[in-house]
Amino acid sequence: MITINNRDKLEWREGMTVQDVLDEMGYDYALITVTIGGTLVPEDEYNTRAVPDGAEVGVFHLAHGG
Amino acid sequence: MTGCDPIFERNVPGSTEILSRATVGIAGCGGLGSNTAMLLARAGVGRLILADHDVVEPSNLNRQHFFRSDIGRPKVEALADHLRAVNPALELDLRREELAPDSVAKVFAAADLLIEAFDRADRKRWLIEAWCRAFPDRPIVAASGVSGAGNTAAMRVRSAGNIHVVGDERSDMSAGLCAPRVAMAAAMEANVAIELLIAAGEKS
Repeated sequence: MITINNRDKLEWREGMTVQDVLDEMGYDYALITVTIGGTLVPEDEYNTRAVPDGAEVGVFHLAHGG
Repeated sequence: MTGCDPIFERNVPGSTEILSRATVGIAGCGGLGSNTAMLLARAGVGRLILADHDVVEPSNLNRQHFFRSDIGRPKVEALADHLRAVNPALELDLRREELAPDSVAKVFAAADLLIEAFDRADRKRWLIEAWCRAFPDRPIVAASGVSGAGNTAAMRVRSAGNIHVVGDERSDMSAGLCAPRVAMAAAMEANVAIELLIAAGEKS
């Protein structure tokens, strides 16, 4: 089981990548920052980085404005 | 030394000495950065690294800590004057340059903590990545979702590891930018930063 943003749960499966998690959770914002266990995952690794079972995944939406 | 200045007499007990030793980097000196910088200066942070390549424009004055007399001046220089008017002992490192992913580590090498204060989301993302890559053990405080008016209760802070994000993570600047909400996000960034610096200072 994977936990997203300390709240949502997702069933884990072998070979699951960061992009799989984002797709299954419906995170379709253009710009996000993702962490696994509090460590940032670079954007160019979303398709290759495996998410371990039991992982705490953080997803931050980044919106324009400042 | 800033700790001796009477302007800090009403500070949170024990915070002034710790904050006076801290160096905070501020990436961008617009709505978020100019307001955050003022708050950190008032709180007694000893040294700020300010990076921004822009000059002050009239449209900045609806939310940024500048005045009509600043229009046309480089933001880092105008902001430095305002900060020094509050605390002349504040140490400032002014970088009038456009930050890029490969310059972050160099510009902010001395920073204990970074404030993300860009406006565009794509820049926010590469800044967070570049900082975490260069300094994985140092905190970054970012803002996302600071636009529009009202909706006060939606403002929040979420953290994962050394990444802290304030704002509603939703509102986009197509909704327009209004002083209170931008300044609120800036104050939240400053407040999170101060909390982290004090906690780190008490440990060391």
